[in-house]
Amino acid sequence: MVIRDIAELIGGEILVGHEYLERDVKAAFGSDLMSDVLAYVGDETVLLTGLTNHQVVRTAEMLDLKAIVFVRGKYPPEDVVSLAKEQGIVLIATTHTLYTASGILYCNGLQGISK
Amino acid sequence: MEHAIEKSAVGAAMTLEYDIEQDDFSRAGEASSKIKKLLKQLGIDSGIIRRIAIASYEAEINVVIHSNGGKITVFVKSDCIEVFVEDEGPGIENVEMAMTEGFSTATSAIRELGFGAGMGLPNMKRCSDNFFIESKLGESTRLKMVWSI
Repeated sequence: MVIRDIAELIGGEILVGHEYLERDVKAAFGSDLMSDVLAYVGDETVLLTGLTNHQVVRTAEMLDLKAIVFVRGKYPPEDVVSLAKEQGIVLIATTHTLYTASGILYCNGLQGISK
Repeated sequence: MEHAIEKSAVGAAMTLEYDIEQDDFSRAGEASSKIKKLLKQLGIDSGIIRRIAIASYEAEINVVIHSNGGKITVFVKSDCIEVFVEDEGPGIENVEMAMTEGFSTATSAIRELGFGAGMGLPNMKRCSDNFFIESKLGESTRLKMVWSI
């Protein structure tokens, strides 16, 4: 599923990375625990999270993730957005909760990560 | 895991060294980011770089949240990449326990920041080809991680 479709399905606002919306992702992972994200997630995955600090973007950078969705109406601070811009990572904000955003994407064919 | 960690720059075509400050959470990951970019410029395999970046970042986070500061040293050698992470601080009381998935001594404040799930050390071991750890209680912790290239 391309990032543009992900944003549209969950009514997401694109905060940065408009130039990368045609990138394809194979799976999604939802968590507020970056420790778990680092332990389980492969590349070509979109991360859904309610955390908005620098370490979410750093985690995505280390894993070569292409996009992060911030759920529950949370917006990251300006310097976190700048860091994502620097790293070429798309940031999307949605008012949906983690459960609902994940459910919508799953129902539309975006799978969880394979174990 | 009982070996004394050997650190030698002999044969290193390139050495990188970064100081890591304690409690500087917003900057945590800068060193690993720089390491990742440099290895990319050197044309190292992207799968290996990814594993090095994850392990180095996990270690960097540990230094920031658990120690009084430390440093990361990277030796790029002809047949391998070696990453050393050394800190001064409380050390690890029981290394075997710390290597168990889910075991953590992190505070709730650290957990709110998204870390301290007890996955760090096991993940570093899983990501590296060779993993060595030694810790002196009340003094320091040292890690050596090696990847064949």
